[in-house]
Amino acid sequence: MRLIRNLIRTPEGAIGLGILALLVLIALLAPALSPGDPLRIAARPLLPPFTDVNFPLGTDRLGRDVLAGIIHGTRTSLAVGIAAALAAIAVGLCVGLAAGFAGGLVDEALMRVVDAFQIVPSFLLALAFVSVIGASVPVVVLAIALGAWADPARLTRAQVLSIRERDYVASARVIGMHPAEIAFKEILPNALPPVLALSAIIVAAAILTEAALSFLGLGDPNVVTWGSMIAEGRNILRSSPSLSIFPGIALVVTVVGVYLFSEGLTKAIAGRRSEA
Amino acid sequence: MSVLCEIRNLSVTYRGQKIPALNGIDLDVIAGERLAIIGESGSGKSTLARAVAGLLPSGSAMNGKMRWSSGHPLQPGRDLGFVFQDPSASLNPVLTIGEQVAEGARQHLGLSWNRAYSQALDMLQRVHIPEPDKALKAFPHQLSGGQRQRVAIAAALAAKPGFLIADEATSALDMVVQAEIVSLLDELVREAGMTLLFITHDIALASGFADRVAIFKDGRLVESGPTGTVLAAPQEAYTKALIASHRDLSTPPLVREVAS
Amino acid sequence: MTLLSVENLSKRFSSGGRQVAALHDVSFMLAAGETLGLVGASGSGKSTLARILMRLISADAGRIRFDGGDWLALTGPELRRRRAKMQMVFQDVLGAFNPRATVASVLDDPLRIHGIVPKNERPNEIAGLLNRVGLPASYAERSIREVSGGQRQRIAIARAIATRPSLIVLDEAVSALDVSIRGKILELLVELQEERGIAYLFVSHDLAVLRAVSHRIAVMDAGRLVETGTARQVIDNPQSSAARALIAAVPRFATGTSAGISEGHDS
Repeated sequence: MRLIRNLIRTPEGAIGLGILALLVLIALLAPALSPGDPLRIAARPLLPPFTDVNFPLGTDRLGRDVLAGIIHGTRTSLAVGIAAALAAIAVGLCVGLAAGFAGGLVDEALMRVVDAFQIVPSFLLALAFVSVIGASVPVVVLAIALGAWADPARLTRAQVLSIRERDYVASARVIGMHPAEIAFKEILPNALPPVLALSAIIVAAAILTEAALSFLGLGDPNVVTWGSMIAEGRNILRSSPSLSIFPGIALVVTVVGVYLFSEGLTKAIAGRRSEA
Repeated sequence: MSVLCEIRNLSVTYRGQKIPALNGIDLDVIAGERLAIIGESGSGKSTLARAVAGLLPSGSAMNGKMRWSSGHPLQPGRDLGFVFQDPSASLNPVLTIGEQVAEGARQHLGLSWNRAYSQALDMLQRVHIPEPDKALKAFPHQLSGGQRQRVAIAAALAAKPGFLIADEATSALDMVVQAEIVSLLDELVREAGMTLLFITHDIALASGFADRVAIFKDGRLVESGPTGTVLAAPQEAYTKALIASHRDLSTPPLVREVAS
Repeated sequence: MTLLSVENLSKRFSSGGRQVAALHDVSFMLAAGETLGLVGASGSGKSTLARILMRLISADAGRIRFDGGDWLALTGPELRRRRAKMQMVFQDVLGAFNPRATVASVLDDPLRIHGIVPKNERPNEIAGLLNRVGLPASYAERSIREVSGGQRQRIAIARAIATRPSLIVLDEAVSALDVSIRGKILELLVELQEERGIAYLFVSHDLAVLRAVSHRIAVMDAGRLVETGTARQVIDNPQSSAARALIAAVPRFATGTSAGISEGHDS
């Protein structure tokens, strides 16, 4: 697609796409790159990094392989981040489209609901949700999505309100197109681009939120996540800082990759618009 | 008859484009004249206006020479006023009319705000804005399209430049307002002895008040000369075609007339 | 035969800041196969009238009889069905099409919605429409963004005639086009009218354009219809000040040329 080509032309887009592609590869190939359960005890505890070629990043307090943890943690972080963002965007799109298209009382009512969700700090909302329901990957995804859907909803609505006034929407009405077809064929595809640009940021925020929840002990205890690794290393931060630093670096690289990707995407979309 | 600006072999290519927007233009702008640049879309007429005003976007490649009588390029605002096509886009929606018109006088003439404001009031009167004292405090969206363009002209002339460029300044306005704005420009330019560069696609409109016309097509200068000469005896086929395609009320209609 | 009859149409706009044109008690008629030119300065209400006619905005009062029925009373699926008979060509050649559309999809939509021809014949019908407006059938594959302004307006016309309408409303349909292309588009419209008996309501602020294609002209000023008559009557013998202002505003060549009368342009 032209969009991807434009994306790669920008330096941000190219680097961001590269980082994300690398991460996705690692996540997909995790069992091959690091066979076995990453939570098993592999060697003696607190092996320093860069000393043993079998355990390049060392081991933690219980003797678990740090590199394995990071590789497998990529899966959780990306899966949770992407799933939560998708859920948030899907709900946001539907609500925004309904509100923008319907107008009147429906619009007012929906926007008050959006207001309510925007007022509550999204992290606290996720925290409360997971505390009450219990920590597992699906619950964490849902909790994050609950805090994230309001922004795409508002953005979609704004786009719909603006597109509704364009002549091509009037034209669709004039030729007798059914309102539902107008909403999904004429309005929605043209409302998407800024929402897509926003989605990259939502993925980054979701990944960080998941890490924070795990750090606080509210993540799924059965999977390894970077957040839980950082939490584990917190107690021995002074003697073995590497245990928290390596997963921390992994988080930073992922979030930077996502931000650069979204910057490149925004530029690619803006560039495309000015060509038209 | 001194030459204000001598343009030789001017070529402009926008960033990312392969085809030049302007190709080898040789043109003189004579001080005190009203020169109309006429062309259709893609002719390069707006590019010429922007090149002369120094308003080309960054990354544009400009070749050739532009020699000014003053020795250096004219400074926008001070020596050169520019009126854009769309007054809704060229006026800042969050600033009052007074602020926008006074800005030029303050910036370039070094006047205090008070004196700049009274200068602005004067300008608004000269462009025939009704109730100019109220208009000073009004915002652009409160005025009609024609009034906005008058304000844009006032703002362009606030620092009393010697050169005014109007880039399709009437194309976004309806016919009646267009005629008013053209007559206003004519009046202001005559009064102040300014040089006017008038960019338009309408050859008949230009013929009403331009001393000389220059016809552009696809980035090249096709023909130029005194208005009367070019219109009465066009040399190039394109000029002839442009003149022939003009329609006014005396052009025979395409439909059969109905009996009343 | 009267195709369209507009009676006492009124519309108010309340918008903070500026007074937007209302319509006051506008009435006129349009016969089948004729062109009525609706002229006025901006703010005269002519575009509002066009949009009310197309059922894009609602009227506050008045009646419209079209195609033998009460046009304003139609709603829902019945309205959508009857829309086939009244189509529109817009001014903004860029904004009138979905940026993601292809030429084929633009023409396919109305054919599909109204079942003008069976599905397997639609590509042929699209090719036929393109040819009729002077474009090669191969244009169907192109994205709408790859096509020039004049060509886009031809496609807009093709879209408008696709549903075999009896009336087309043209809202400043040639104002955004180059002068050299305008003539060709106006010629095309007149040809289509003679061929298919379509009536046009041509809205414009440019009397010269209307003179070329209108049988009758109606003049609007500040929301009221102030003058109607044959094109020749209104232009040669204007009765209203609005008409006189519009006539004076048409640019003419200031020196004698082959294209215009040798009258000076008085500002």
